[in-house]
Amino acid sequence: MSLYQVQKFLYNLNRDDRTQKEFGRNKRQALAAYDLTQEEYIAIESGDIGLLYVLGVNGQILMHYGAYLKIEWFDYLQAMRDGVSKYGPVRHGIYAMKGQNRKYARVSQLRGGGGA
Amino acid sequence: MPLVYSGILSHAPGITGRSHLVEPDKEATRDAFYACLERQREAIRSSGAEALVVVAAEHFANFFMDNMPAYCMGIGAKHTGPIEDTEWLKIGKKVIQGAPELATRIAELMLKKVDLAYSEEWQCDHGIMVPLNFLTPNYDLPVIPCNINCQGPPLTPLNRVWNFGEALREACDVQTENIAIVGTGGISHWPATPDSGKINEVWDRQFLERLMSQNKEQLLSYSDEEVYAEAGQGGFEIRTLIAAAAAAGGRGTLQFYSAELPIFAVGCTVASFEISN
Repeated sequence: MSLYQVQKFLYNLNRDDRTQKEFGRNKRQALAAYDLTQEEYIAIESGDIGLLYVLGVNGQILMHYGAYLKIEWFDYLQAMRDGVSKYGPVRHGIYAMKGQNRKYARVSQLRGGGGA
Repeated sequence: MPLVYSGILSHAPGITGRSHLVEPDKEATRDAFYACLERQREAIRSSGAEALVVVAAEHFANFFMDNMPAYCMGIGAKHTGPIEDTEWLKIGKKVIQGAPELATRIAELMLKKVDLAYSEEWQCDHGIMVPLNFLTPNYDLPVIPCNINCQGPPLTPLNRVWNFGEALREACDVQTENIAIVGTGGISHWPATPDSGKINEVWDRQFLERLMSQNKEQLLSYSDEEVYAEAGQGGFEIRTLIAAAAAAGGRGTLQFYSAELPIFAVGCTVASFEISN
């Protein structure tokens, strides 16, 4: 697990035109400098929003990546819900935050429909 | 009295980017929110403000966890933004005029009391661009951006946020330029997650009552765990609102609040504070 590396690549991609151009031109080369697992690599390379959410990517980073990929808002939200259904609860990061022996992330209580 | 205005307003990408998705029966609420933001713009303009300090939340537009400041001020001559896809945010790329000399003077004074980082390179995301879109639509007011880390725990404690606001006020008060401050953040919200659109209105209104009444003791009593449980990770952004209240020192007037626009993924809030002597 290298959530830090996943998020760092997406952080750089989100805010840097040159990284975006490189990623658009050659994804493998753009990702080469980051220490990613195969699952993480595939999640980024394929734009799998649901898996990236489950891996624990912060929404402020993931949302901007979704915008970069031109994913419509409701599709973005659905992709995260589908990711939880397919891959299970959020594994790491702020949405798996724990305290007082409680797990706060409500990934098993997702709201459907009109939430935006 | 160089601090001439202090207020708060919500930010969220949906406020500009998803305006067209507001349900028809909520369009009047949306328009009332926009109208209140326009009145806030006019209040800042009529205050004679010569610079606008925007206290916002870091959303990984400038900093990452390799070097995350608790507080940072943009002291550059210009700032750029938004970093986001412009069609998505519905705000075009802008170059925003900074106030480098004033910002440096403010930062120097604040450093006597707060460990404030500074940056001469600043990229704005929706957290600052959405407020500017309404408050300085012509981008003709110099802007001093400040960010508080509200996303990457460990986070700065609320008592230090209060100190940050007071230090900002003290630094503004000895300047010759008239300065306006806005704190921009959400109250309860779960942005960019499957729970986006959820708003804990009861929690929001209780927080706002504490904020408007300058109830420092209660404002600083929130724990991060309580905020996360009741107000989501977006609730950590109360830091920006508390800072604006601390800077103002006077009671607030809530000018707008609505939880009726979930497509914006945040309770929509506008308020101003009296500037204490």
